[in-house]
Amino acid sequence: MRKHNANVDADDLHRAALFSNTRDGRGFTRRSFNKLLGGGIVVLITTKPATLFAQRRAYPEDLNAYLRIDENGRVTLFSGKIEMGQGVHTSLAQMAAEELGVSLDSMTMVMGDTDQCPWDQGTWGSQSTRMFGPAVRAAAAEARAVLMNLAAKKLGVAREKLVVENGVVSVAGDASRKVTYGELAKGKQIARLVDEKATLRMVKEFKVIGHSAKRLDGLEKVTGRAQYAGDIRRPGMLYARILRPPAHGATRKSLDTSKAKAMSGVTVVEKDDLVAVLHADPEAAGHALTLIKAEWDQPAAAFDTESVGDFFVKNGGEAEVRTTRGDVSSVTANVVRSTFRTGYLAHAPMEPHTAVAELKDGKMTVWAGTQTPFGARTRIAQTLAVDEKNVRVITPFVGGGFGGKSAVNQAVEAARLAQITGRPVMVAWTRGEEFFFDTFGPAAVVKIASAVDDQGKITSWDYQVYAAGDRSAEVLYDVPNVSVKSYLGRGGGARVHPFAVGPWRAPGAATNVFGRESQIDIMAAAAKIDPLEFRLRNASDARLRRVLKAAAEAFGWKAAPGPSGQGRAIAVGFDAGSYCALAAEVAVDRATGTIAVKRVVAAQDMGLVINPDGAKMQIEGCITMGLGYVLSEELNFKGGAIADRNFDTYELPRFAAVPHIETLLISNDDLAPQGGGEPAIVPMGAVIANAVFDATGVRMLRLPMTRERVLAAMKA
Amino acid sequence: MKRSIQFRLNGKPVALDTDDERTLLWVLRTDLDLTGTKYGCGEGVCGACTVAVDGTAVRSCQTTLAAVQGKNVVTVEGLERGGHLDPLQQAFIDHGGFQCGYCTSGMLMNAWAFLQKQPHPSRDAIVQEMDANLCRCGAHQRIVAAIQEAAGKGGAR
Repeated sequence: MRKHNANVDADDLHRAALFSNTRDGRGFTRRSFNKLLGGGIVVLITTKPATLFAQRRAYPEDLNAYLRIDENGRVTLFSGKIEMGQGVHTSLAQMAAEELGVSLDSMTMVMGDTDQCPWDQGTWGSQSTRMFGPAVRAAAAEARAVLMNLAAKKLGVAREKLVVENGVVSVAGDASRKVTYGELAKGKQIARLVDEKATLRMVKEFKVIGHSAKRLDGLEKVTGRAQYAGDIRRPGMLYARILRPPAHGATRKSLDTSKAKAMSGVTVVEKDDLVAVLHADPEAAGHALTLIKAEWDQPAAAFDTESVGDFFVKNGGEAEVRTTRGDVSSVTANVVRSTFRTGYLAHAPMEPHTAVAELKDGKMTVWAGTQTPFGARTRIAQTLAVDEKNVRVITPFVGGGFGGKSAVNQAVEAARLAQITGRPVMVAWTRGEEFFFDTFGPAAVVKIASAVDDQGKITSWDYQVYAAGDRSAEVLYDVPNVSVKSYLGRGGGARVHPFAVGPWRAPGAATNVFGRESQIDIMAAAAKIDPLEFRLRNASDARLRRVLKAAAEAFGWKAAPGPSGQGRAIAVGFDAGSYCALAAEVAVDRATGTIAVKRVVAAQDMGLVINPDGAKMQIEGCITMGLGYVLSEELNFKGGAIADRNFDTYELPRFAAVPHIETLLISNDDLAPQGGGEPAIVPMGAVIANAVFDATGVRMLRLPMTRERVLAAMKA
Repeated sequence: MKRSIQFRLNGKPVALDTDDERTLLWVLRTDLDLTGTKYGCGEGVCGACTVAVDGTAVRSCQTTLAAVQGKNVVTVEGLERGGHLDPLQQAFIDHGGFQCGYCTSGMLMNAWAFLQKQPHPSRDAIVQEMDANLCRCGAHQRIVAAIQEAAGKGGAR
């Protein structure tokens, strides 16, 4: 039972329960507080902010690391996650608003500021809702319990008699007896619960979670007021342009900066590998860069766009064994062998990598478009050889990331130049630099040998993946004999690739699922079984079956073995904890090889959904972005020389290519929220390749399925 | 060549004494402090920098200051009137016609200029018109729906 001390009045309790300064540890000590309370409801936080924020590799337990409630009732949520379009700016606010009992409009978000927000590893892997979300909900629920205790004291009634709505606590049945969160908290730190554990709201109580909310960043984004790193202006700021090699691996053999130095207003920096020109006008800096003369030696190319797959298979080295079940070598009848290939992919966010750095009073502040503000802080501190406490990274809105902004080289460049010149410096990569220094999604090869018996059951699955890694490489279906091996890891690092590679939305998963779900279709066609029926016959996983059936039903699936001539197909993936089935319809122009994707229906089971409309936006985004790697996107290169340096040759999906998209969220509220930013992009390769087969009888084994490749495959 | 450049920007006169070969995009973003217009590709192939010049959508990264001498330039910052959003802006919010928001200014300006010329376009005409603007997040379907709705409400005066 909770003990209330009659000698402590509500105001004393209130003063004791709150610190004197916002996010500052001054005020009561635990001892004085306990004396005041006589051992009671709440304790003060004894950790100081410095230690509170020093915690690494874990989210802080102290709710004050996440929340502040101002006197006017505005609630600020501090998040080490960043907003790059995926909508967590809104859905994280929804989670906090729900547990606190405030309206969504009263929420303000502070994201990705290393001096203000709790540590976070980075915004990737569809983890914000499923990993950071629970910390937000727990902090908000605890704050709510504490505030309710304070309100009970203040209003002189038992907590059980109180209700809270929109941040106003009132006595049930007597709305005139009330106190607001703002009056209770006054922007100060909130004490923590001791003798009770805050309980989360139940699904049936939800007023904010599970309800579609318009995005909180909408007004800023439609008025041009939303700030990205390139929109930051600092007094005396210079725009930098950096000398770049013509190819990765090239070494500089001569340098002449004399003409650039002679240009008015130009600062030239030459330090080790860093050669840069800076000017108060970004165009003038660009002009100064053209005045620099440099000669380079380029290494010979080991492979190019066409030969990369063979190179990987020849140089695969030792396999990492992911799964061994039964014995794949025991099955020798009806073995179908296929080799699938995918190319290097650019992230191509609309906002190129940009950062502004300013050194002031010994502290380096860097505004960066990044998915990893804390990682950026570490790298900047290491590069500058300063303590991390002297580096602050602030993340404004990020104009698309998709994994590419986990790398923070532009922030390091800006910080180095700010340190060298003593002036605030912006480094904004041009589109050409973005297409050169991107950490590309790796090209990859998948080899599968599988067999099916005369009952239409898969008997064997021998799977090898090169350079895509093993994310989503599981067979998913019920197969007695399985071998899954991965070569070169995900990307294989610098020993394999001529340029940097890194995570590209659901890293490697789309490659693995392109292979798997194509092979499933190949076996279904060989067994003359409808591809949906074939999948269901081989799947016992209830969530898997549910999304397949839901997508097929919404699509209006007409069963027939492939190729049926309908130009329709289905494929399914399991990624980031979510299942997603896609059903698609295509038309193939046999004369030009053009694939028109007419319709895509998605059914996704992602557990409890925080913002249904936001989740649908992510599914639609995945399907639309997915069209790119499926139909047109592939980085052309020869060794370290990259041929595609802008959107004219590296073709993103445009409006006319986008199909009619329907999205279906499978109700599964008993399961904690799962990932939403990636799962739907994963089955896109297979569902379109399978639909092309269903339309034409031609099997496409390589992505992207360009017109030339489709024509060539039809002629073969 | 350095000379005096005068034009109307979001309804107000602007006078600059500067090199008329400078690019409108960068002059907007630096001298004029209007950062809503974005750099995306620098070659006129993505549309992130779209503004309206005398009611026609142009790529500001391909437009010199000399080319806007005496003209009427509207940027995303000029769409609000009297503190009210243009119906097109409101429709983008209502339909979720953006994700990261970086292409949004260019999308809005392209659509705004289009609706001025063609107040009641078909869906196909909208798709064709917007095809020159890139969005990487995949908000296309919602952007088209937003433009359709704004057109129905007489958006873009």
